[in-house]
Amino acid sequence: MRLTLHVWRQDNPTSKGRFETYVVDRVSEHSSFLEVLDVLNEQLLEQGKVPVAFDHDCREGICGSCGFVIDGQPHGPLPDTTVCQLHMRHYTDGAQIWIEPWRATAFPVIKDLVVDRTAFDRIIQAGGFISVRTGSAPDANATPIGKINADLAMDAAECIGCGACVAACPNASAMLFTAAKIAHLASLPQGQPERFERVVNMVATHDDELFGHCTNHGACQNACPKAISVDYIARLNADLRKAATRRPGSDA
Amino acid sequence: MELDAKIPDGPIAEKWGRHRFEMKLVNPANKRKHRVIVVGTGLAGASAAATMSELGYVVDCFCFQDSPRRAHSIAAQGGINAAKNYQNDGDSVFRLFYDTVKGGDYRSREANVHRLAEISLNIIDQCVAQGVPFAREYGGHLANRSFGGAQVSRTFYARGQTGQQLLLGAYQALEKQIAAGGVKMYSRHEMLDIVLVDGRARGIITRDLVSGQIQSWAADAVVLATGGYSNGFHLSTNAQGCNVTAIWRAHRRGAGFANPCFTQIHPTCIPPAGSHQSKLTLMSESLRNDGRIWVPQEPGDTRSPSQIPDAERDYYLERIYPSFGNLAPRDISSRRAKEAVDEGRGVGPSGIGVYLDFRDSIARLGRNVIADRYGNLFDMYRNITGENPYEVPMRIYPAPHYTMGGLWVDYNLMSTIPGLHVIGEANFSDHGANRLGASALMQGLADGYFVIPLTIGDYIAREPLAPVNTEHPEFTRIEGEVRGRTTALLETDGTRSVRDFHQELGKLLWEYCGMERSEAGLRKALLAVPALRQEYHENVKVPGSASDLNQSLEYAGRVADFMEFAELLCIDALNRDESCGAHFRVEHQTSDGEALRNDSEYAYVAVWEHTGTSSAPRLHKEPLTFENVPLSQRSYK
Amino acid sequence: MAAAIRPAERRSAAVRSSVGQKIAMAVTGTILLLFVIAHFVGNLKVYMGAEEFNHYAEGLRTFGSPFLARGQLLWLARIGLIAAVLVHIGAALSLTLRSRRARDVGYRKTESLAFSYASRTMVWGGLTILAFVVFHLLHLTFGTVHPEFVHGDAYSNFVTGFRSWPVSIAYMVAMVPLGFHIYHGTWSAFQTMGVNNPRYNAWRRPLAVTIALIVSAGNAAFPMAVLSGLVA
Ligand SMILES: Cc1cc2nc3c(=O)[nH]c(=O)nc-3n(C[C@H](O)[C@H](O)[C@H](O)COP(=O)(O)OP(=O)(O)OC[C@H]3O[C@@H](n4cnc5c(N)ncnc54)[C@H](O)[C@@H]3O)c2cc1C
Ligand code: HEM
Ligand code: HEM
Ligand code: SF4
Ligand code: F3S
Ligand code: FES
Repeated sequence: MRLTLHVWRQDNPTSKGRFETYVVDRVSEHSSFLEVLDVLNEQLLEQGKVPVAFDHDCREGICGSCGFVIDGQPHGPLPDTTVCQLHMRHYTDGAQIWIEPWRATAFPVIKDLVVDRTAFDRIIQAGGFISVRTGSAPDANATPIGKINADLAMDAAECIGCGACVAACPNASAMLFTAAKIAHLASLPQGQPERFERVVNMVATHDDELFGHCTNHGACQNACPKAISVDYIARLNADLRKAATRRPGSDA
Repeated sequence: MELDAKIPDGPIAEKWGRHRFEMKLVNPANKRKHRVIVVGTGLAGASAAATMSELGYVVDCFCFQDSPRRAHSIAAQGGINAAKNYQNDGDSVFRLFYDTVKGGDYRSREANVHRLAEISLNIIDQCVAQGVPFAREYGGHLANRSFGGAQVSRTFYARGQTGQQLLLGAYQALEKQIAAGGVKMYSRHEMLDIVLVDGRARGIITRDLVSGQIQSWAADAVVLATGGYSNGFHLSTNAQGCNVTAIWRAHRRGAGFANPCFTQIHPTCIPPAGSHQSKLTLMSESLRNDGRIWVPQEPGDTRSPSQIPDAERDYYLERIYPSFGNLAPRDISSRRAKEAVDEGRGVGPSGIGVYLDFRDSIARLGRNVIADRYGNLFDMYRNITGENPYEVPMRIYPAPHYTMGGLWVDYNLMSTIPGLHVIGEANFSDHGANRLGASALMQGLADGYFVIPLTIGDYIAREPLAPVNTEHPEFTRIEGEVRGRTTALLETDGTRSVRDFHQELGKLLWEYCGMERSEAGLRKALLAVPALRQEYHENVKVPGSASDLNQSLEYAGRVADFMEFAELLCIDALNRDESCGAHFRVEHQTSDGEALRNDSEYAYVAVWEHTGTSSAPRLHKEPLTFENVPLSQRSYK
Repeated sequence: MAAAIRPAERRSAAVRSSVGQKIAMAVTGTILLLFVIAHFVGNLKVYMGAEEFNHYAEGLRTFGSPFLARGQLLWLARIGLIAAVLVHIGAALSLTLRSRRARDVGYRKTESLAFSYASRTMVWGGLTILAFVVFHLLHLTFGTVHPEFVHGDAYSNFVTGFRSWPVSIAYMVAMVPLGFHIYHGTWSAFQTMGVNNPRYNAWRRPLAVTIALIVSAGNAAFPMAVLSGLVA
């Protein structure tokens, strides 16, 4: 099939970006969206042009490297799917496709479709962990964890840190990402001791990184390739409320 | 290069304990005076960096992805082994040790494997304490499954995302230490060389992938945790960025490379759909429990599967291995599939692939039971291929998956370069000639959490290290070499793309040094590879500049190193004139196509010393002795 | 990255956070919501005729006597309301600015970004409501814009007020944004205040819709009732 791609090109963080239009012929319907960009890049190479930069690694929908906005939808039109797992059979021959990087002040563009997502790492640094020295752990079965809670934690822990939630949110809020980690750790007994400091610190960092606030639009959930639910945001809000109302020490 | 494995003496079960006592310790107050470089943030690297920083060492940590959390470990699906014996089904440290040595077809070091089995217990405890959401029973206790044909249920798992959850645990521990200031993290930095001063590893050279800046980093010790080299085959189940660069560059500086030819092929992957293909996706082996593998009897039969009557189908595994049938071991079923394809009986648009058919089991058990067991796998397959496995048979084909070979290390995980330590898939690991399922994650975390943090102290405490900083001329010199290499790639300005070359190299290796290896084939490869490498340096086309984000340049550098490494891979395969584990030399097989070992001549680790790009590498041997697991031949009859 | 806080600082940090502001927004929003509902229920008395309605309006003022002087409690309530509106608007303002700053470069195409009309129009909806309330006060409370305003006779003000078509239509139109605002507001308030229990989650949206419909439609019915002569 033949596709017309309008791709955001930007040489560096400071330069002004623009859309450039390329036509890619003989695209196999079996190839993934990233493989189409591979083909485009080979093509650009032949024409002596600079290939399009985009983040990717596993190409299995698990590492969270890939991601850009296709026709206004982060990760493209398919629900619960990353761009590396989006296959061209979902497009029609002759389609016009607009490709843009994640747009958020907290995710400055580095080049073309590559953005800087290290703000996510800093949110985790603020408390997205359980403090346990290597070697100091009790036997793994010492604390039984009900299947329900274990599964809840797992649902939240599925977040791959891709940033699509931020890209989709009208406020460019990272609340879904933050909430997923809060919920993962708060669902487990091991996560209780640090629970309330964790939520306050992570939200404070979230704000400092210039992410927007959450006004419960729900667009993040629809864009999330792992279908992380906004219910976790309610959970985060509840924990933050408790952090404000409960006396430290009387926690959990 | 002399090889001293430094294996502690005493009975196998006491070696590690005794060694822990005998190792020298670094005074707590002095630890913060010592800087350690960790390259890689996979399970091995992240756990090592976090733990060493907890102990007080100053750690500089590097990865080429935009975040440490994206290391390739994230893709591991199946699970992680541990001899917890929670199922009370007769598992024990010794049994895990025994299975692993046997699974490695007697080409691994007993002492290391036993330590691995011992530590497996602590790993699960550590991960649970970190909040890794392992699967659980309704009673709240941890669930286990049996994996990769093991007789006991010792595999712990988190849905189909075990690697992801374990890595997030290690990543979060790492981020905690970063916040505490103990670790400086440099993501989007690629290590392009190591620096030796007075024969010791004292630093590395990196390229900042965003600014293009070439930079030197000095330390008291260097730890490589840079993963495996399956991508040498171009198409593999590995992530796009996986490479041999870090360990290859270390090899060129004097680190012995052990058993490079021990590479594992996974039988059940989704076949390539065309030339655009960039990676192959792994499908869990469990599918073979209920799927029947077949190809048309006649070559070039292009009818759709449904139109091929049973009489004209060849269920070849069931035919050749009546007792094991479709559950024949990884390497055997892989080789038979390739055979069928080579005979022109392959299926699918590309003719590369065999059918994995669920028709009969759906008829027998009903669609729901099958959906229950494999629902998510079927969805994954459908998403990628657009075909519905409930109606048309799946197409599968083997793909390179894991590399047992790597840099040689002693019991302390130190390479033949003093101060250069290697952990995880990057070292010639504890898996011998073949890795059992769910044991790589175990090894990565054992090395990172529990071994290297102690042995690095022993190294630092033993020898007083002269202070070294990046002003040292060696750093300037090697920085220069690195710059030279990158600019050379850019200035070649030929006509062929890097991907094009990589594809050709991959084809060569797959054809002659893949599942089946023969002397004739390997000799062909040994002529073709150097020629291809020469053309590469004369005719590769790399666009863009060296002074900004240039993914083509990154790729070009990695392929350049694969081009050099590929030769060593074939040399080792040619030298190992026996079949063992995943290394199959057609000249050596039993009547029923089984790998035929030659213990009297090849019960050793082949360690290669680099002598120059144009001169042949020198072979050193570490003999292997088996005092606890009697040598025996496996049989699937 | 924000320096990690000590447990002692945690309360203030929580309140200052964007989530803290959201909670303030939700609380004040809910107060306003409750007022609107109560106000609507009170206004239903208009169907019972002048006596009842004026008695109720008067009751509002003499409530709490003899302990409180006439109108005192009402004024307390009013002050509460005014405070709520101020906090609510203040929070809305700061959050909206935050949102603008969080995305400096917008998308070329956004129509397919999946989120509801109601949520997108919260600010504008809110502002129209504000405008309405101002007009409404001048109309039925102070009578400034009411041609036949009679102090103390809420009922006749009500009837004569809505006899004028333009006024009635203005009221009815204003109820549309109110409905949307209350719909998303109510659901949003559940989220923000962390009312999130698997057992009830399924009911949050239906409940929000019902409240929104009853209040906006019910309110819109008053002018109609007058125009149709049902209330005269
Ligand atoms: C699809 C798949 C499924 C698997 N499933 C299982 C399973 O179920 N059970 C199991 O036990 N094993 C499994 N494995 C194997 C296992 O995942 C890996 O062997 C293991 O994760 C390797 O971890 P590592 O830390 O050694 O290296 P990796 O996780 O590969 O990490 C490599 C790190 O090194 C960095 N790096 C590499 N080169 C450089 C450089 N030049 N400069 C700077 N940084 C560099 C990378 O950025 C990365 O951070 C699977 C593998 C694959 C491909
Ligand atoms: C009597 C009138 C009003 C009522 C009943 C009301 C009610 C509510 C409620 C319940 C919320 C949900 C809070 C939350 O999100 O948790 C809300 C949010 C909001 N309101 Fe109002 N409000 C009113 C007036 C206003 C006014 C005058 C404005 C002026 C700007 C306004 C702007 C907003 C905004 C921007 C939100 C944020 C949306 C969100 O956070 O989800 N509202 N309102
Ligand atoms: C169409 C529907 C409505 C009708 C018929 C109506 C009717 C009235 C009447 C008759 C009064 C005067 C009461 C008195 O002075 O004794 C009043 C006061 C008031 N109304 Fe409404 N109202 C309506 C909708 C609303 C809405 C939607 C809001 C808010 C968003 C609102 C806010 C107020 C306020 C703040 C007052 C002043 C209360 C006070 O005296 O402090 N009204 N309304
Ligand atoms: S919440 Fe979903 S969209 Fe957001 S980062 Fe995690 S996986 Fe990506
Ligand atoms: S879209 Fe944005 S507003 Fe909240 S619910 Fe999701 S973060
Ligand atoms: S490339 Fe890893 S998620 Fe898409």
